[in-house]
Amino acid sequence: MWKTILRRVLIMIPELIILSVLVFLMAKAMPGDPFTGQINPKDSLTQIHHLMRINGLYDPWYEQYWHWVVHLFHGDLGTSYEYQEPVTRIIAQRAGNTLWLALLTMILTYVIALPLGIYAGRHEGHLQDTLVRIYTYATMSVPFFVVLVLGSWIFGYGLNWFPTSGSVSPTASGFLPVLLSRLGHMILPAVLGALFATSSITQYLRSGIIDAKHSDYVMTAQSKGVPMKAIYKHHIFRNALLPIAAFAGYSITGLLGGSIFVEQIFSYPGMGLLFLNAINYRDYTVITALVLLYGFLNLMGTLLSDIALSAIDPRVRVK
Amino acid sequence: MAKQFLDIKDVNTSFEMDGKYYNAISDINLHVNSNEFLAVVGESGCGKSTLAKTIMGLHDPAYTKISGQVDFEGHDLLKMSEKQLNHYRGSKMGMIFQDPLSSLNPLKKVKDQISESLDYHTKLNSKQKNDRVIKLLGEVGIDDPKLIANEFPYQLSGGMRQRVLIAIAIACEPDLIIADEPTTALDVTIQAQILDVLRKIRKENHSSIILITHDLGVVADTADRVAVMYAGQIVEVGTVQQIFEHPLHPYTRSLLRSMPELNTTSDDLYVIDGQVPSLKKMPKTGDRFAPRIPWIKASEHEKNPVMHDVGNEHFVRCSCYKHFYFPDQKKVSENNG
Ligand SMILES: Nc1ncnc2c1ncn2[C@@H]1O[C@H](COP(=O)(O)OP(=O)(O)O)[C@@H](O)[C@H]1O
Ligand SMILES: [Mg+2]
Repeated sequence: MWKTILRRVLIMIPELIILSVLVFLMAKAMPGDPFTGQINPKDSLTQIHHLMRINGLYDPWYEQYWHWVVHLFHGDLGTSYEYQEPVTRIIAQRAGNTLWLALLTMILTYVIALPLGIYAGRHEGHLQDTLVRIYTYATMSVPFFVVLVLGSWIFGYGLNWFPTSGSVSPTASGFLPVLLSRLGHMILPAVLGALFATSSITQYLRSGIIDAKHSDYVMTAQSKGVPMKAIYKHHIFRNALLPIAAFAGYSITGLLGGSIFVEQIFSYPGMGLLFLNAINYRDYTVITALVLLYGFLNLMGTLLSDIALSAIDPRVRVK
Repeated sequence: MAKQFLDIKDVNTSFEMDGKYYNAISDINLHVNSNEFLAVVGESGCGKSTLAKTIMGLHDPAYTKISGQVDFEGHDLLKMSEKQLNHYRGSKMGMIFQDPLSSLNPLKKVKDQISESLDYHTKLNSKQKNDRVIKLLGEVGIDDPKLIANEFPYQLSGGMRQRVLIAIAIACEPDLIIADEPTTALDVTIQAQILDVLRKIRKENHSSIILITHDLGVVADTADRVAVMYAGQIVEVGTVQQIFEHPLHPYTRSLLRSMPELNTTSDDLYVIDGQVPSLKKMPKTGDRFAPRIPWIKASEHEKNPVMHDVGNEHFVRCSCYKHFYFPDQKKVSENNG
């Protein structure tokens, strides 16, 4: 087990190196230079060349890469041109918002998907199953942004049940009011995000339960005289649920991707909104840092899922 | 004198397909004596597994209809509630399945899968259960039981997995063990070892064994009696001697003739043309095997074939056996005549 984890973590090192090289080269390939906007327009082109030279921008790419990595390890991702602040600070202010929203979305997703999937799988082919399947097809066939726009329009602007922008009310003060206000801002986007994410997990769980139900090992358990209730608990649910629980790590990718839509539509100040703004303003240092961070979080998510899966399923450990 | 402790009477099992029920086994009458080794043979699709699952109560009632009676030590298994049946399954009767890999839970250790049976039928504490698991693994011929007990199914070979399944089935020393093609998925040498284990269990635990197989070759030196099934019906029942030395039903004779072991020269190997009809294509009347022996005149078959007692508990379905011959034998007799 520990060997598997160690091996899996070691594999991540080359992945991280490749990711950082790609991000670095992408940043290099972006048009423009970092100084034109910062210096006095009267200064000459030679002045810019001079700045480029003393900042090492004419060095070979691998030397520049090395400098960049060293800075990275010191927590220095450069300064945002747009905000005139260290990139790390800007991201730190917003990362929390995104991560809390993602966490809430994920919890809601599983809270909705698990009972639905189990219910449908258990009553395979019956009315209950059909209803759940209609729900999953419906949520799957409507594009995500339509769900978001409609949701914010109906429950935000129309019914006025939830705020439609920001992450916390500026008038809230004190621990509890701030917490409640934050939750209030997150709940609608989280529910809408969860509605969208449930369909695949529900279906996955449903078919997992149906497969397990018809498996030969369930028949073996029946032939031992194990009551059906206990078979569901020890064989069917266990075998169908564990891979899904482990799946949570992989779903980080989807959540982060989704956060770009969600935060834009709900003007929610997180990394997704920051990313879109950075693209609008060509704020390259921020873009680079965020791409790197997204890539890193995805790798971590996969790592978590892989470790969880190998803990659950002994067959995964051999590979 | 051996007593009939399993008595199957007029059992029919049908499955629902597209809203209609189709019979998979029909009019099964068969008994098993205590401490007897009964073989059930027939090609794949003849209803052998359906019969085994009917006895064990493993069919999904949502799409299966079962009629008749399965008396086990005087109680009708078909009338029992799921709860009553669970007292019998595992403790009084155990089953061994064909595919040893898929029949074991991939996520559970061998010892947990064996002791699950002990959980429901014994009051042993966990230490005693552990000891029993190790002992059982030894009994089924596993050399290093302590090591194997802690392995997962994927870590074992096919033969080992089948031994584990046998250990599960015999955990509570049941009186009846049904082994559904336990050796089909294994190589020949392992097959022989598994059969040895079954013979040993039968001797030491005094249990009765129903061995289901499509391979008559494994039957001759293992079973006491043989039931031959074709297309959901029993077509012949008798002792091993009766079946091997005086086979009557055309299907039994065809099966025996197509056994490679009995026909040393390969060009002599007999092949039964055609195939077992599917449930939806099952003939309603007439001898179900007739289409595969078209050289036998239709008038030789009974309209609704019934079982005939030919003496000494040897039974055969349909009187066509009296007129049956193989095509090549016919030629010989014609030339002579
Ligand atoms: N659950 C089921 N639903 C529908 N048909 C079935 C089912 N199980 C078995 N059958 C059919 O019943 C016949 C007998 O199958 P089976 O008992 O598995 O035969 P055997 O074990 O002798 O190979 C086959 O035609 C098979 O397709
Ligand atoms: Mg079968």
